[in-house]
Amino acid sequence: MARQATRRSPRRSATRVTSTDAVPKRGTSTVRRPRGKGWLRGYFKGHFQALFLSLGRVSRNPLSSLMTIAVIGIALALPAGLHVVLKNVQGVSAGWEDAVQISLFLNQSIEAAEARRLVEKISAMPSIEEVVHVTPQQALGEFRQYSGFGDALEVLDENPLPNVLLVRPIKEASEPLMVELLLHELRSLPSVEMAQLDMEWLKRLYAIMAIGERGVLVLAVLLALAVLLIVGNTIRLAIQNRRDEIEVQKLIGATDAFIQRPFLYSGLWQGMLGAVMAWLLVTLSLWLLHGPVQQLSLLYNSNFSLGSLEPVGILVVLVAGGLLGLLGAWLAVGRHLRDIEPT
Amino acid sequence: MIHFENVGKRYAEGGEALSGINLQLDAGEMAFLTGHSGAGKSTMLKLIGLIERASYGQVIINGKNFSKLGRRHIPYVRRDIGIIFQNHKLLNDRTVFDNVALPLVIAGQPHRDIQRRVHASLDKVGLLDKERMLPLSLSGGEQQRVGIARAVVNKPPLLVADEPTGNLDPALSAEIMNLFAEFNQVGVTVLIASHDIDLINRMDKRVLVLDKGRLIDGAGEQGEVLQ
Ligand SMILES: Nc1ncnc2c1ncn2[C@@H]1O[C@H](COP(=O)(O)OP(=O)(O)OP(=O)(O)O)[C@@H](O)[C@H]1O
Ligand SMILES: [Mg+2]
Repeated sequence: MARQATRRSPRRSATRVTSTDAVPKRGTSTVRRPRGKGWLRGYFKGHFQALFLSLGRVSRNPLSSLMTIAVIGIALALPAGLHVVLKNVQGVSAGWEDAVQISLFLNQSIEAAEARRLVEKISAMPSIEEVVHVTPQQALGEFRQYSGFGDALEVLDENPLPNVLLVRPIKEASEPLMVELLLHELRSLPSVEMAQLDMEWLKRLYAIMAIGERGVLVLAVLLALAVLLIVGNTIRLAIQNRRDEIEVQKLIGATDAFIQRPFLYSGLWQGMLGAVMAWLLVTLSLWLLHGPVQQLSLLYNSNFSLGSLEPVGILVVLVAGGLLGLLGAWLAVGRHLRDIEPT
Repeated sequence: MIHFENVGKRYAEGGEALSGINLQLDAGEMAFLTGHSGAGKSTMLKLIGLIERASYGQVIINGKNFSKLGRRHIPYVRRDIGIIFQNHKLLNDRTVFDNVALPLVIAGQPHRDIQRRVHASLDKVGLLDKERMLPLSLSGGEQQRVGIARAVVNKPPLLVADEPTGNLDPALSAEIMNLFAEFNQVGVTVLIASHDIDLINRMDKRVLVLDKGRLIDGAGEQGEVLQ
């Protein structure tokens, strides 16, 4: 096989046997990595370029981007909207807590003076807002006035009604658990015959709202997964569309980081624009509900007005959208970019 | 600059494309790689461009042993090797300027330098007036020259070209070969795969001949010694 070469360059004759270590180097032969002073500037410049390149791509492919953004918007609007509804229901029911009242029926044997002492004692408790003392005489008077049995009562020798204390806890002590504790405490007072609290309905409402909150959370997690899949799929298609370009970039020395940057940013853009869309959808829905709700609250003599997404909520939706978009893109990029190698 | 030591390449499907290649090409040399179709020319250039990995043996380019090179390092090594393809591999939705600028953008060069060096590179291949055009609106020869401009824009010490004159007319082919010779004159090592025997003969450079995956001629002294 080792025939003499038929044609040799003049330089060829000067070639000597060289060990691998002594392979002559010419020009720049070092593995170039971004280092030194300009490194950070270069890093940010690269990101800046990719950021706008990706925005350019989003705007150059408006229809498919818009579809993705719309789907993300709807997916994020659902939990955000339900959250707003729950918040409003909680706001309304918080008003009802003012109506929490415990009726204490004292023993028959308790005299008015002793009942007054008890009023003072209970009023001094830190969780009590107000105590109203209804004497047997007052109760009888009211009964006469409103029941229509006034004549029948004349038959009785003595007043059969006990002293009654109407206890209203402060706002902070009005949630079910605290009220329950208070009720227990009051019931155990020696002069109290019976303590009554009708707030089963409030407990049920709270239970339903807890379920609602949990439901919104579950829904939010599911829809977040959906957003991940949507963005992931969009980015996967984008990668496939740019297969040739990625191949060429790899051929001329682009790092994975360089190639994936624009895809990550377009995921971020789509997620954030989707979040803006969600915010608009929620605001629009609330605007549509505003009129009917106003009417309803008028019927209830209430000045309730529908609250919208609070600033923190808007921020959460924006950040969630951006992060989900970025994460979806990152997952897609990790899975699909490696497969593309130049041949 | 290019050093092959008992290199072989077996593709997953198909037989041995290269076997027992020993080769030494010094920095500043210019050589042609020729042989029948299927002899393994493209395979050899792909080993140099890290597009394929050798099945056995050592490929040492520019002092770097490719068999010991991790995946992470590949991009940085490729930046020092200018590769020119027969099918150009240009980005058809970008202008000529953007195509040529790509290696510099990838390497994170400052904007001002990019402009200057792209213009210098396009000037060299005589396409300065076409910088705003898209590749598909250029002729085959012009596209090939854009590919060359892109390969040399970041001044790599090594240029490899796979059939750069594949479907060009003789005059244009000679022009492109002369372009390579000019790069070689300023110190760039050049290796060109081609089966245009007439043209190769006219260039009067070292010729490596592949036959069925074996280097049968022009291996260099070391190769001959080893055999
Ligand atoms: N990706 C691949 N998978 C399997 N076999 C391959 C692959 N690429 C090349 N081969 C085989 O390796 C051998 C050498 O191919 P190569 O492309 O290197 O030849 P070549 O000398 O460049 O030919 P041509 O002059 O036609 O371009 C051929 O037999 C070919 O079929
Ligand atoms: Mg070939």
